[in-house]
Order: sequence, then structure tokens, then C-alpha cells
Amino acid sequence: MRRRRLLSAAAIPLALSLAVTSCSGGGDGDEQGAGDSNKTKSAVLTVFGSEPELPLVPGDTNESGGSKIIDALFTGLMYFDAASGQAKEANAESFELTAPDEYTVKLKKGWKFHDGTDVKADNYIKAWNYTAYGPNSQQMASFFQQIEGFDDVYTADPDGPEGPQTPPTPKSTEMSGLTKVDDYEFKIKFSSPYTLFKIKTGYGAYMPMPDSFFADPEAWKKNPVGNGPFKYVGRVPEQNLELERWDDYQGPDKAKIKGVKYTFTDADAAYADVKGNQLDFMDTVPPQGIAGNVWESDLPGRAKAFRVMAIQQISFPLYNPKYASVDFRHAISMAIDREQVTKTIFEGNRKPIDGYALEGVPGYEPGACGKWCEHNPAEAKKLFDKSGWTGPIEITSNADNGHREWVEAVCGQIEEALDTECNFVPVQAFGQIRQAINAHQMTQIYRSGWVMDYPDIENFLNPIFRTGGSSNDNGYSNPEVDAKLKEADEASNPDEAHRLYHEAEEMIAEDMPAVPLWETPSISAWSERLTNVRLTPARELDLSFVEIK
Amino acid sequence: MGRYVLRRLLQLVPVFIGTTFLIFVLVWAVPGDPFTGLCGDRPCPPQFVAAMTEKYNLNDNVIVQYLKYMGALLTGDFGQTYSEQPVGELIALAAPVSLRLAVVAVAIEAIIGVTAGILTGLRGRGFLDNLVLVSTLFLIALPTFVTGFVIQIVLGFQWEILTPTVSSEARWSELIIPGFVLGSLSMAYVSRLTRTSIAENKRADYMRTALAKGQPKHRIVGVHLLRNSAIPVITFLGTDIGNLMGGAIVTEGIFGIHGVGKLVYDGIIDKQGTIVVGVVVLLVIVFLVVNLLIDLMYAVLDPRIRYD
Repeated sequence: MRRRRLLSAAAIPLALSLAVTSCSGGGDGDEQGAGDSNKTKSAVLTVFGSEPELPLVPGDTNESGGSKIIDALFTGLMYFDAASGQAKEANAESFELTAPDEYTVKLKKGWKFHDGTDVKADNYIKAWNYTAYGPNSQQMASFFQQIEGFDDVYTADPDGPEGPQTPPTPKSTEMSGLTKVDDYEFKIKFSSPYTLFKIKTGYGAYMPMPDSFFADPEAWKKNPVGNGPFKYVGRVPEQNLELERWDDYQGPDKAKIKGVKYTFTDADAAYADVKGNQLDFMDTVPPQGIAGNVWESDLPGRAKAFRVMAIQQISFPLYNPKYASVDFRHAISMAIDREQVTKTIFEGNRKPIDGYALEGVPGYEPGACGKWCEHNPAEAKKLFDKSGWTGPIEITSNADNGHREWVEAVCGQIEEALDTECNFVPVQAFGQIRQAINAHQMTQIYRSGWVMDYPDIENFLNPIFRTGGSSNDNGYSNPEVDAKLKEADEASNPDEAHRLYHEAEEMIAEDMPAVPLWETPSISAWSERLTNVRLTPARELDLSFVEIK
Repeated sequence: MGRYVLRRLLQLVPVFIGTTFLIFVLVWAVPGDPFTGLCGDRPCPPQFVAAMTEKYNLNDNVIVQYLKYMGALLTGDFGQTYSEQPVGELIALAAPVSLRLAVVAVAIEAIIGVTAGILTGLRGRGFLDNLVLVSTLFLIALPTFVTGFVIQIVLGFQWEILTPTVSSEARWSELIIPGFVLGSLSMAYVSRLTRTSIAENKRADYMRTALAKGQPKHRIVGVHLLRNSAIPVITFLGTDIGNLMGGAIVTEGIFGIHGVGKLVYDGIIDKQGTIVVGVVVLLVIVFLVVNLLIDLMYAVLDPRIRYD
């Protein structure tokens, strides 16, 4: 239900009638004005969250409940600035390419962990090696695969996860690509050039870990020590987790509030709490608040649809031979009138997209999808007839959160344009389809989505469309696209990389493994006492900006 | 009596083993990947899955898993959640809250339900009888989530006479309204059960005898009638305590109460088998003990149906 980093299970509201803010981007929340600094200094905010699924180790946390807390507890080399949406230097003093395939990082001095020890190069090198080392079975291991020597620390399972054999023990515990120059400088060498790595290091997988973690991981897990703007105070399992502002924090995103208490309750009860000012912040309003735009009358002036760099798509299960025809896939895309759906169903508060990336993301250029994303029923019908498709077209999704309405509208348009039967097949919860998706057992077209992890066009392409990408769920594989993406990964400078990514994006649109539809916002709600509310690029409350009235 | 209790206690052992085994098999043997939710919406990396499978003994067959689990349980170890929180601790936090809620609900059921039942049962047809009839029908027809939301919206938001949700301490006073919501359905049943039972026993032979003996009215009603009519009501109330502890999922959700219902619901949603099994084991114990107590109470109320 809750707690997914990607969009699929998250709330996609039906009809937002908030002004264009949801599509304007940048500067969200600026109009709210500053608060009372005295009250702010002593305020502990209660924020809706969900119990972390795993121990709070950054390299092992990927779901939203835990990520929220990791982001407050840790700050890495870079951070994602909420105002501009860009990655900027945090703990890195400088972060430069010293060879086409090598970055040199100098750390700022004086940064400390919450236990008072210094943040040094070793803390990064050891943490990254720990996460990448196969037998530690950290979820984020693959985030280090471009670093030289990754294959020595991470070995694949010879007969797949189902087979009886276990992966052989790696021959090394350290990646040869990470070398320490001195306490505050280290080099990252890649097996082939990878300039994008720099901005990725703002992501949770790349956080430094204190020496105490390596000395006794079990003790550390009970009392996590980070280096971020907040330090760990305590938790009541399945109920709440409390953090407190850490005054020695040196980073750019210092908090003004005294602390945060994440509370893990039922979403509907939390919504009631926000209404009654018992809870300070909820990042995504539950369906009861979204249906019929109830949130606007429930929470006048203290709820808003934020632009969150999320896209809505429908995907074809390409491992199913039924969907092998590219003409069929293009026909579906061209049969959909995105403008009309966003106007009538979403009252103009969604923006149709014409590619797989979003405006405002570095590397974005308009029109990647070209004619394939334009509404053209006549051409669609021609392609459809050519494809030789028989039988009804079926699209499946969870019906709550306002999905039913738009999927039915899209289906209606397909039916009209292609003159064939199109059915919406609803399921109760997205989790039900999720398993079939993971197991590659889908037989119907399904709703999918993506929320950006870090601001770059690369994040919209590599994970989803590359062969074996971490979120390549529909089995899309095109060697030419892979080659182009690889070329882009290895480009010598970001501009060149972005140009190549864009070319890859165009090639993907030619194959149409998924149909891009529109951007989706996140509707957040807060208590009467908050001001300066805005979301970070990771869809979390910006804890450094928020104040009390 | 002592031997009877001992026999009953010994009988609990196979019942306990049987039920827990069934639950265990049902929870862990269902198809599906228990680690789905742990990796966001991406499929988990194979090495991660392998390590987790090893850690939670999922490679063994289900009997071996069960024996390992029961072995640990006997030493008081309920296992760990995926986030390495001891399940025993979770239960220790949630159970008292749920117990308080259940006690409030049962108290409301007993006080209001039994009173309404006695009054209508004694008087028979009339305005009061009709009023209780209609209002209990109304309560029975309303699903709990409707009662819950209506009360929350009206009292919490419109009249603002109470906070719409319960704080994490879950004090007794905060639990009165959720307890009422939770107990409302059973309260209706209790009043009807009491009424029928009293109306039936009113015409029993022993009542006529007591009257013929010239006993005072309060004694006839208080000792003979009520005592005999109480048996079905007590049975119902007793089993209800168990129901209310585990079955308060909806009410706990609406009012944000951190009880056993929420715990087991979250456990099911997240496929945290250890939580589900742990909680259900506890509920099994509660049911068994409550049933034993009810049977013992029968003996006190009516020596004829003593099981001895």
C-alpha cells in the first residue's frame, strides 16, 4: 500500500483543481511566508510515515518509509536542493573529473558524525565497499557496478535465485576503483567513463558510515549514527520514530525545527489527524481525501498539489508474444488523446508529456517521442490493422486513487480510434499486480509509473529501459538502445552524455515499450501551525525549510 | 473441580499445537514472495532474497520451519520482523492497548446491552421494547466502519468535543468512543439475547414455583430469573473478548489505535509472517483461556451443566 518509492502504488489523484502550480515547478511554497523563529526553534513536528521495512542501513533501504528517515539522518557528497531540484555539493569540497574515467573527491573538513568522529575518506570507501560486497546482501549493491573492481566483490548467482547453488564467495572485499589519497581525499575509478556518478551520490545508497558501524553493525542498527541534519533519538516499533536537530551539522540544509517524530498510523487516521491538527504533515493524502477533491474543502490553505517529477505510463508486457508488434504499441499510443484526458478527467492539472523524461530535469529536451505521442486516430487505425491484433485489448490497474476514471477514458479513446474492444480490468490493490509484474507473468497492458531518484534524464532511461535494468519490469531489450545508453554513460562530459541519452530516448520511443502519458503531482497536507512547506525532489517534506507560524 | 480444571488445561496443549500449526502453514505456505514490499517497487536483488530466505529459514520444509519456530517460542522468542524488531516487543506494546479497548467495549456491551435486555425482557411489548428493537436493528445493520467514521466526523470535526484519533498512550478515557464503536454491534446482540432469554425463562416452571412459594419479586428476578438467563449472555460476552482483541482492525484503523488489529493487518499487508503468526498464537491463547473461564463459570451459574 503505502511505502513505495516508485509511483505505481502511490496516490494518483483524480481531479486537481489547484491552479497551475502542479505543473509550474520550482519555488513551490515560497508564497507561504516565514514563521516565528522562536516557536520554530523548539518545535517537534509530527510527520506521517511508515515503519521502515528493514534496519536503517542506507545501503539496504529503498522503500519510502525508511528512505525518509535515512535522508534526515545522513548527508552524502552531494544533496538534492529542493528549491532548484538540482544536485549540489554537500560534504564534497570539490568533486572533479581528473581523468575521463576517474573522479577525485575532496571532502570538507570539520564534518562529523553524530558520535563526534570525523567524516573521512575512509568512511565513504568502507561504506561503499560494504554495500557492494555480495555476501552482505545489501539491496543497493548494484549502484556501484560502474566502479572498477565491482565484479571482484559481487558475484552473480550461477543458476539464478531459484536454483540450488549459491553465488561463489567474491575474491575481494574491496573495489579496486576506490583509493584513498589522504584522510580528506579519495579517487573513484570506473571500469569505463561514467560522469553521471557525481550527481547520483546524493542518493541514499552513497552515504558514509561511521567507524562504529563497521565495529559492531548489530549495535549500530539499534542506535543508528549518521552525519545528517538530524540525529536518532529513539523509536517505538510500529508506532513512531523520533529524530532531533543536530546542532553541529555543517551541511547546507540545516534544519530550523527542533525535531521530527515520524508516526506510523493508518493513512485514513493520519488524514483525520491532519484535519484536526494532531499531525503536522502528510506527504500523500489518502483516497478519501482525493475523491471529489475533498482535500480542498477539508484543508483550505494547507494542502497543495506539488510537482514531484513523477510520470504516468502504461506498459506492455513484452515477454508476452501477444505484444510483439511495434505497430500495435504505436497504435495504442497514437489512439490516446492525452490533452483531452488531462482536461476532462484531471481538469487541466496534469501535463501531457512527449517523451520519457520530464521538463526541468538536466538533459531533458522536448519531443523525444515525436509523432508517436501525438493523437492521430487515423494513423493509429492503419497501424493497428497492420499489426494483426485479434481479440479485446485489456488494461489493468488498481481502481482506487482515481485510476479507474482515467484508465476507462483512455480505453474509450482506444476503442473509438481502433474500432476494437478495450476493457479496463480493475484489481483491488496494486500489490496484487506487482507480484505478477516481478514474476513476468502479466498478460494485460498495465499502468506503470516512475518517480525520479536523482535529477538527470539518465534516471528515466537506464533503470527502466536498459536490458536487465533495476526496474526493467516488462522485459524490454534492444541491443542498439543498450549500446547507445552505454555510450552515453561513458561520454566524457555531461552535455555529450545528455545528447546521447536523448538519442536513446528517441530510439526507445520508436520501440514504444511503454506509452508515456502525463506528469503526476503529489497532494500533501499539513497542520495549521506550519508554514514554508515544500517537498524535496524525493517527495519528502523539506525539513530545512519548514517553519512554525 | 480441580481434576476438571487440570484435564481442561491438558486439553489445551494439543489444541494449541494444532491451531498454531494450521496458522503457521497458512501464513508461510501461501504462494507469493514475502519480500515484495522490501525493495520499493523494484524486484529485490537475488543476493538479498537469498540472504533473507536463509535468515527466516524459508528454505526448509514447512514442518521443520514450524518446529524451529515453536522451539524458539518455548524460550519466549517470537522471532524478528524484517526490520529486526523483536516481535515479542511489538506484541507487548500492542496487546495492552487492545486489551484495554476490548475491556471498554465489553463493559459497554454488558452495561448498556444487558440493561436494555433486562428492561425490555421484563416488561414485554411497549414503547421501550420497540425503541430498543429499532435501535438494535439499526446498529446491527450498520457496518462498524460507518459507525466509526460518522462518530469521528460528527464528534471530532463538527462538534469538536473530542480529538478525532487516539494518542499513542491510548488512555482509558480516549478509548471510550472507539470502544463504543467497536462494541456497538455486539451490544445490540447482547440486548436481544438477554431479552429473549429473560422472556423465555419468565414462563419457566421454576419461576411459577418460586412465585407460589411466595418469594419476594426482587428475589425471584434477581436470583432465579437473571442467573438462569445469564448463561447464553456470558458465553457470548466471553467469546467476544477474544473477537474484539483481534477483530478490531477497522476500529483501530479509523481511530489510529496501535493495537493488535493494526499489527496483524500491517503484518498481512507486508507479508511479515513472523508478526502474523506471533499475534495469532497470542490470540489462540486468549481464546483458549477465555473459553476455559466461561466453562468454569457455567458450573457456578448452573450446577446441572457442570462438565465434571
